[in-house]
Amino acid sequence: MTALPDFALAGPELLLAAGALLLLMIGAYGGERRAGLVSGLSALLLVVAIVAVVIGRDGSTFNGAFVVDGFGRFLKVLVLIGSALAVIMTQRFAVAEKFFHFELPVLIVIATIGMLLMISASDLIAVYLGLELQSLALYVVAAFHRDDGRSTEAGLKYFVLGALSSGMLLYGASLIYGFTGHVDFVGIAAAAAAGGKASLGLTFGIVFVAAGIAFKVSAVPFHMWTPDVYEGAPTPVTAFFAAAPKIAAMALFVRVVMEALGPVKTEWQQIVAFMSLASMILGAFAAIGQRNIKRLMAYSSIGHMGYALVGLAAGSEAGIYGILIYLATYLAMTAGAFAVILSMRRDGAMTEDIDSLAGLSRTNPVVAYLLGIIMFSLAGIPPFAGFFGKYFVFAAAINAGLYWLAVIGILSSVVGAYYYLRIVKIMFLDEPKGAFEPMGGEMKAVLGISGLFVAAFALVLGPLGDAALAAARTLF
Amino acid sequence: MPLLTLTTFLPLAGALFILMIRAQDGAAILNIRRVALITTVATFLVSIGIWTGFDPKNPGFQLTETAGWSGSFFAYRMGVDGISILFVLLTTFLMPFCILASWESVQVRVKEYMIAFLVLETLMVGVFCATDLVLFYVFFEGGLIPMFLIIGIWGGQRRVYASYKFFLYTLAGSVLMMLAIMAMYWQSGTTDITELVNHPFPATMQWWLWFAFFASFAVKMPMWPVHTWLPDAHVEAPTAGSVLLAAILLKMGGYGFLRFSLPMFPLASADLAPFIFTLSVVAIVYTSLVALVQEDMKKLIAYSSVAHMGFVTMGIFTLNTQGLQGAVFQMFSHGLVSGALFLCVGVVYDRLHTREIAAYGGLVNRMPVYATVFMVMTMANVGLPGTSGFIGEFLTLSAAFQVNTWVAAFAALGVILSAAYALWLFRRVVWGALTKANLKAMLDLSPREIAILAPLVVLVILFGVYPLPILDTTSASLDSLLRSVHAALDAAGQTASAMPLIR
Repeated sequence: MTALPDFALAGPELLLAAGALLLLMIGAYGGERRAGLVSGLSALLLVVAIVAVVIGRDGSTFNGAFVVDGFGRFLKVLVLIGSALAVIMTQRFAVAEKFFHFELPVLIVIATIGMLLMISASDLIAVYLGLELQSLALYVVAAFHRDDGRSTEAGLKYFVLGALSSGMLLYGASLIYGFTGHVDFVGIAAAAAAGGKASLGLTFGIVFVAAGIAFKVSAVPFHMWTPDVYEGAPTPVTAFFAAAPKIAAMALFVRVVMEALGPVKTEWQQIVAFMSLASMILGAFAAIGQRNIKRLMAYSSIGHMGYALVGLAAGSEAGIYGILIYLATYLAMTAGAFAVILSMRRDGAMTEDIDSLAGLSRTNPVVAYLLGIIMFSLAGIPPFAGFFGKYFVFAAAINAGLYWLAVIGILSSVVGAYYYLRIVKIMFLDEPKGAFEPMGGEMKAVLGISGLFVAAFALVLGPLGDAALAAARTLF
Repeated sequence: MPLLTLTTFLPLAGALFILMIRAQDGAAILNIRRVALITTVATFLVSIGIWTGFDPKNPGFQLTETAGWSGSFFAYRMGVDGISILFVLLTTFLMPFCILASWESVQVRVKEYMIAFLVLETLMVGVFCATDLVLFYVFFEGGLIPMFLIIGIWGGQRRVYASYKFFLYTLAGSVLMMLAIMAMYWQSGTTDITELVNHPFPATMQWWLWFAFFASFAVKMPMWPVHTWLPDAHVEAPTAGSVLLAAILLKMGGYGFLRFSLPMFPLASADLAPFIFTLSVVAIVYTSLVALVQEDMKKLIAYSSVAHMGFVTMGIFTLNTQGLQGAVFQMFSHGLVSGALFLCVGVVYDRLHTREIAAYGGLVNRMPVYATVFMVMTMANVGLPGTSGFIGEFLTLSAAFQVNTWVAAFAALGVILSAAYALWLFRRVVWGALTKANLKAMLDLSPREIAILAPLVVLVILFGVYPLPILDTTSASLDSLLRSVHAALDAAGQTASAMPLIR
């Protein structure tokens, strides 16, 4: 019997778990009156977890199933920021739409624990545990607006398809275990490298695992759920879905293919490159016809995951660096865009119609400027953040010799620019249709901070780039 | 003192200041206009500091500034040489006139208008000052945003269509250049232009890189057959937008060829010169013919711009001194002339609100001063000796003649055609009897309009009779550029003016 595992390494996760249970108690005994308190404490808890992640030390525990390294720490901070913003942006909306219960922020915290586990997982079983903890919480959150048919439909759809993808992932994991004899990433890598070339069984395993994870990052061809769930779920939940879970799933994808399957790069590189290419193209073309801004953001996020996967397809340090920068910029852009979408309230009702943004530059110029900057950034126009994200992932692809992927991908970004421009055009060129109700203070803060981050990204690129580079190096 | 950074970002500071002005009343709007004017004038004064601190004998980059992002691929590198300093000065010189030209014609959303123009100035100056590829790209692409808004918000009837077309066309051209920049970084390990110029890229790679840059610059220039966005953008843009588009934004293409394609990919440039000549000659002849039949004044000038840019591309790829000198001079001169022509159109458009040529006629009877200015600019556009337009056309033609007689002959045909469309335009708008009733009340140029146009007239004639200040500024840099190109060609065993395909 060996000594106890080093629990201190999992400090942030344990903190969140204990905190979530405590908040559940407060909610259960305090009743609905305490929902606001629970929400506030949840946000605080997530912020404290950020500090815990930053000051924590590196290492590996639970027999190597749980790893803390620079790569994981960088992405954990992003995930925690994304979750904290989601909690902050939820309350006002949920109260107005009458579905605010104390379980909502607690579920977001629990999902976040799952995401942190996914990021740290270095073992197929830990991967599955983290993924399922996250997914089950997310299914409930998607259906949280019980009285709304669209929300329950979204939750059910997400659950059925998510369960299917989990099954595929599990099947793939069992194949990998069967053909390598290991569940831990180090062992799998060693076994895969020993053969020189992947066995047929291992290749099948890779395909199924990749399919399962691709569902979570909503990469084509496993993206079908995304537009429906984005549209159906309550908007703050959509805002949550668009950022944190995507980042966690991408981290998981990176760790699985780089650490466990690094020696058989040729086997997964084509899969990742195809998913990336298909996502970029679909994200660019399918969004053109959308009139609902949540659906538009769904296709936009599919496209953006495609761009991030370009870095993974390169499979190099430069590629991972690009992914880290990309995800950081993506988080800021998504948060800012959803702060506006959550504030599209007119005459006491929410609207999701893109045309309702018409003339925003006249009725609320500050919001229009910031959202305009975010849209240009999403389109990848310099000098904004999105450009740098694209720059680094495509640079990695060029370095890896994936020229066709880079050329087609970058041209699809021109197609994608069309629908981001359309939003700018509607805001700046069209005649006003009447003002929205004033934005909440916390929405203003989220939009302002993310907008400034996106606009002045060139100034923060130095420190952020250093952190991302150090993080990327830990995988090599 | 970081003069280049100051020149580049001073307009941005002015834009941020205007952003802070919250009031909407008439006094505030007047203040906004004044702040914009003061900012642009101050920027011009600062840029004169660049001129005085610049040593024309030194072919390299001067007044350089460097600041790095640690751990990043690229750095903030600024500098000017004999080629870029002209365009920096042209930009800062024209901006106050653009603000003045919009003084009365822009009445809606003045605040956003001035912000867009000041931001655009920052990006335009940055393009010419950047000596890092990525930084150049950031400025180059960033310029699309304010121009999209300028055309889209303050443009004419089909402004939305024109702004989309402008944006997407240019973006599609540019993104391939971004990939080429990355490939160059991985090959050479730097994005510093001064180092890249000396990096020998493999011959096949040069071809790919050359085409990637060509895609971007050919659209920006614009060269036939990817010029179709230009007439739309010009026609729909407000007057000052058209001025900047013609005078500065188009020059980025030619500047890019000189700055990147020639020195970095000399082998590909020599091999592909016949290709460029073909496109240039087609542009010169074809777009001149198209210009002849235009009904819209701005469209006519837009097509004539495409033709004039044909002389520039032809001159650049002759790879000899006259050609390069002529191309740079032509770009500078065209910046003044086409800017002034668009201002001239703006003057009558402000009065009659139509750009249709048929709506005018006999303006000389009512507007003698205007007729004089318009005539000088028409002559400069034709390339009459004594105006700046002549120098550029003459130099590029004589350079082309040394390389390939047929190219020169066809291009010279373009000179004749340019006389045809420009003089015919002048005849229909200015000469003739004043028959149309609504023209009879037209007032001649106001003092503000005279203040805008007079300096341009003076410069066009000054540089027409005394072009040395420009030629002296550029000669050291262009000579060193040519030397390095020819050294690379000799090393590869190609002859300097390798033209076996057509000769």
